[in-house]
Amino acid sequence: VKITEQEVRYVAGLANLSLTDQEIARLSKDLDEILTHIDTLNELDTSNVQPMAQVLYDAGETATLREDRERATLGNAAALANAPAAGAGYYKVPRVIER
Amino acid sequence: MSAQVADLAGLTIDEIRNGLKGRSFSAVELARSAVEFAEAENTKTNAFLTFSAERALEAAERVDRKIAAGEDPGPLAGVPLAVKDVIVTKGLRTTCGSKLLERYVPPYDATAVIRLEQAGAVIIGKTNCDEFAMGSSNENSAYGPVRNPAALDRVPGGSSGGSAAAVAQGTAVVALGSDTGGSIRQPASFCGVVGVTPTYGRVSRYGLVAFASSLDHIGPFGRTVKDAALVLQTIAGRDECDATSAFAPVPDYIAQLDGNVARMKIGVPREYFEGLTSESGELIRKGIATLELLGCEVREISLPSTKYAVPAYYIICTAEASSNLARYDGVRYTTRAEAETLSDMYRKTRGAAFGAECKRRIMLGTYVLSHGYYDAYYLKAQRVRALIAEDFRKAFGEVDAIVTPVSPFPAFKLGEKLDDPLEMYLSDIYTITGDLAGIPCMSVPCGKTAAGLPVGMQILTRHFDETGMFRLADAFEKAGGFTGSN
Repeated sequence: VKITEQEVRYVAGLANLSLTDQEIARLSKDLDEILTHIDTLNELDTSNVQPMAQVLYDAGETATLREDRERATLGNAAALANAPAAGAGYYKVPRVIER
Repeated sequence: MSAQVADLAGLTIDEIRNGLKGRSFSAVELARSAVEFAEAENTKTNAFLTFSAERALEAAERVDRKIAAGEDPGPLAGVPLAVKDVIVTKGLRTTCGSKLLERYVPPYDATAVIRLEQAGAVIIGKTNCDEFAMGSSNENSAYGPVRNPAALDRVPGGSSGGSAAAVAQGTAVVALGSDTGGSIRQPASFCGVVGVTPTYGRVSRYGLVAFASSLDHIGPFGRTVKDAALVLQTIAGRDECDATSAFAPVPDYIAQLDGNVARMKIGVPREYFEGLTSESGELIRKGIATLELLGCEVREISLPSTKYAVPAYYIICTAEASSNLARYDGVRYTTRAEAETLSDMYRKTRGAAFGAECKRRIMLGTYVLSHGYYDAYYLKAQRVRALIAEDFRKAFGEVDAIVTPVSPFPAFKLGEKLDDPLEMYLSDIYTITGDLAGIPCMSVPCGKTAAGLPVGMQILTRHFDETGMFRLADAFEKAGGFTGSN
């Protein structure tokens, strides 16, 4: 087995996903199959291969930086328009710090 | 006006331009017909999630005013366009096929959308897709699957299934899709239309909701090569809102559609045809024979790392997706599950709102990036990705274009593969290599199976050589290759 139910629960915690027991069972099976297939990559010796972190450069890296000038922004009301809860120009969230 | 409705399904961009110029119809008449037609046809395919009649009429009025004033109304004047619902449109709901964004109304337009509207295109609606573009069948949409216009009991492919179906059905003349691992080409092949994934960075992704940032592309669908090329012509080119968009100048694609492909060197990779015994394989081999009749020099080539593309892809795309989808936390994007604490609110919101495939990919991506696994998975996959890119680089030292299948099989029945995610992932084998290498690739129709199901042939070329790709595809189309009648 590549991944246990316990590990799946741990990863769900990292991903901030609440999952039902049924989902945990299903994901354990699916991820196990997929990770087993992914193991075929170990057939390849890649010790001398540079990882491809960038797809392609057609210009120097700094060429992608635009000039630093002021531009109109969305504005507070537009930025908050899709918020599930907002007030006084801010996003509202449940309590974070216990008093 | 009813006559126009009947004709709408076959119109090309050139015919619309001539129709407007000759005053056979106005842009407003065309827009009204197009929206009415698309709304009526949608009961069959579920291709559209949202219609934009008001915005379409405003855009069409601008075109008519320019024509009346003797001004140039733009290269895409009056052209009915559908936009995949992962590309944001200001004031027009954008769901990404997800329940989570059911009420999300973006405050800005994607760069591609702005450029198309400036060129006179008329957005008639937003198209259905797999949730956050994750899927190969469109069955992962929270709004129900799209049905394939060629066979309504079959999938249209995914994830841009709605855009492919709309163009195939004729409810839009052209459409925008997005492609991360085949999400434009595979539905194009299943629905029998042209679908183009340009070079990575060729089109700005500003306003494309991110799935896997090192793989995401925006690209066009059309019923002809020329129509798809005209859309790419409009949306391609550097955009300072997307630092990954390329500076390379955009050539005139249309001027290069001269039909002359004699002595063009075509590579046929043996790894893509091993075990391909289906009817799809026969049709693609017939397509290659058509290219030979056109004077192309066809030779067998090898892309030896091909079999490792699927596992490398599903590490990279899920890792990047798990990071990109972290933003849907119940704070900013319309949907929140109530909870006592912030962390419970995150977990409950995400657990309730994401569908099964998104959860699977977030989980796999989180796992491969988690402590102690980074080197074994993500870094390994990036090294394998370099090998796949190198395979193509070497091949393009010998040939000008590579021709392959798009999918091992034509459109399958709704529900047929839903229970086996690994099998679904493996079916992406022919399309994900192009995304991993970042090269331009497209699907063109190459006939139908005995049961009448469309099959697509893939053409891949060097970075930024969309010109050569379009020239070959256009010559193939003119030779009758789309219908398999060479």
